[in-house]
Amino acid sequence: MFLKLALPVVTLIALAASPAAAADPIVIGLITKTETNPFFVKMKEGAASESTRLGAKLLTGAGAKDGDNEGQVTAMENMINAGAKGILITPSDTKAIVPSIQKARKKGVLVIALDTATEPVTAVDALFATNNFDAGLLIGQWAKGAMAGKKPVIATLDLQPGITVGAQRHNGFLQGFGVAKADPNSSDLVTAPQVVCSQDTHGNQAEGQAAMENCLSKNPDINLVYTINEPAAFGAFTAVKAAGKDKQIVIVSVDGGCRGVQGVVDGKIAATSQQYPLKMATMGVEAVVNYAKTGKKASGYVDTGVTLVTDRPQAGVASKDSKFGTASCWGKK
Amino acid sequence: MTAAPTAAAPRHSRVIDLLRGAPILGPVAALILACIFFATQTDRFLSGANFSLILQQVMVVGTLAIGQELVILTGGIDLSNGMIMALSSVLTTGLIANSGVHPFLAVVLGLAVCVAFGVLNGWLTTAIGLPPFIVTLGTFNIAYALVRIYTTATITSVPDSLLFFGNTFSIGSTEITYGSILMLVLFAIAWLVLGSTRAGRSVYAVGDNPEAARLAGIRTSRVLVGVYAMAALSYGIAGLLLVARTGVGDPQAGQTGNLDSITAVVLGGTSLLGGRGQIMGALVGALIVGVFRNGLQLMGVGSIYQVLITGILVILAVSVDYLSHRAK
Repeated sequence: MFLKLALPVVTLIALAASPAAAADPIVIGLITKTETNPFFVKMKEGAASESTRLGAKLLTGAGAKDGDNEGQVTAMENMINAGAKGILITPSDTKAIVPSIQKARKKGVLVIALDTATEPVTAVDALFATNNFDAGLLIGQWAKGAMAGKKPVIATLDLQPGITVGAQRHNGFLQGFGVAKADPNSSDLVTAPQVVCSQDTHGNQAEGQAAMENCLSKNPDINLVYTINEPAAFGAFTAVKAAGKDKQIVIVSVDGGCRGVQGVVDGKIAATSQQYPLKMATMGVEAVVNYAKTGKKASGYVDTGVTLVTDRPQAGVASKDSKFGTASCWGKK
Repeated sequence: MTAAPTAAAPRHSRVIDLLRGAPILGPVAALILACIFFATQTDRFLSGANFSLILQQVMVVGTLAIGQELVILTGGIDLSNGMIMALSSVLTTGLIANSGVHPFLAVVLGLAVCVAFGVLNGWLTTAIGLPPFIVTLGTFNIAYALVRIYTTATITSVPDSLLFFGNTFSIGSTEITYGSILMLVLFAIAWLVLGSTRAGRSVYAVGDNPEAARLAGIRTSRVLVGVYAMAALSYGIAGLLLVARTGVGDPQAGQTGNLDSITAVVLGGTSLLGGRGQIMGALVGALIVGVFRNGLQLMGVGSIYQVLITGILVILAVSVDYLSHRAK
């Protein structure tokens, strides 16, 4: 009975999997934070097409959810057993993953962090990522221009405690706005007297909305909202609109996903810092293939760039319009 | 029963009988089938090193599943286990790294906090009579909050003595993790206690029919509090294994520990209704998840398919349990 039922399962797996290639291609592992976030989907796309182009075999894995360190460790171990020459990883827990990365590197595996730095940064061979502090800085500088002549009352919708990316964007924003000074590598949030409300959203739309609702009941005079990413920004906009304040509140964000850039077109998000996951993945795959062929390891930090996307340019702040943003965005349009 | 089935007995009744007599046979067959399948698909699957790796990868969820199995056998469920594990691992490593407490004392304190949580779960379930689902949902959130009140930063300076169970020894060319052995020993102890002691039989009796158990002279409240406390002790040990495996005290850990351990228990053929199931089934269940995750990864199948397969297997396992129960 169980056997009879098990058969379709086995068939299903056989369909889902493709048999191993005859020759021994270079094996590359890509481990993302989650399977579902469009940012990582785009990253996977980039890695897959570059692997095909260079004749390498790509293995992919992810944590069960954001913050799932053990899931990433397990995927890394399995990939090393599968003969991976190099591992590209967006660490979910920037400190907790380090001992496992060290084990992998001891076995001669090239480990490159994509998008998110480990703590310490030197735990990996190389880091290909957006400079998240700069991403924050850009929207901060833009907001300063946009808010000229008004008394700023700021809400920040953050990621969650202890995650570097969240702190870097937040701190960059406040420094760019000129109300705080911060260490670009710190994982602690700075604050300023102008910030009247700070809430964690886990980068999630529903939580972003709830956070904004709470902030508005705490202080109805809020006129500038920093958001960790675009889903949080859309959540914030829903709350702002429901409160009838969408004309007086400026929302800025980071990511440059296609939905986010559409938000700029629709006037929901005033400005966003766009980053480039495809480029990170493509460069990562090239680096591993190069290592497998020549034995040369990539090293250090490579900035994959960030562009401010807005349709209301401010003097002295370099930016591109939403047309550019749409052409170079990631995720579903 | 004769060799030729009669009209009165349905054709599949012998399989059902077999499964009812030894419900672990189904899961074991599934595990073996999965291994054969992966061995034919990738030449890297069938090696001592890879099996040792799988065992190491399931040692945390396997140890969590020991406690979960005990609770489910009594007809309860424990949603708090992953967070209790996270609390003990963060507390133990934090006491050592931040407060300079001796590692031995820190381990004892960590385990004591777990047992206290277990007693709380058991007491709320028995003294007030709240459903275990609600009680442990509450303690899940309490433990989650306590972890974050204690620290939001990952604790990275873990002394070597706490990493012991992550170290390996060699049999031939195969390196085996001490933690995997600890998990197997814990399963063996639980198996002996459940199978051959009065306490073990009371656990089954309470799960099967609490009223009958009470009439038979079993002090059901005491059994339940004991089960939740012992279960929580296993979560504490799982926490130590987690620290040894990852080398850090991680406040983000454990959030899916409850569902992962319930999956292992159910895949192992244990009934969620209580009173029926074998502790070794939970080990087999954990291994099934581990083998699929490893095998699919070696084949290069995306990890979302691992989740898909696990979902299908859980429904299959529960169907088998339900059908064999109904056939009775």
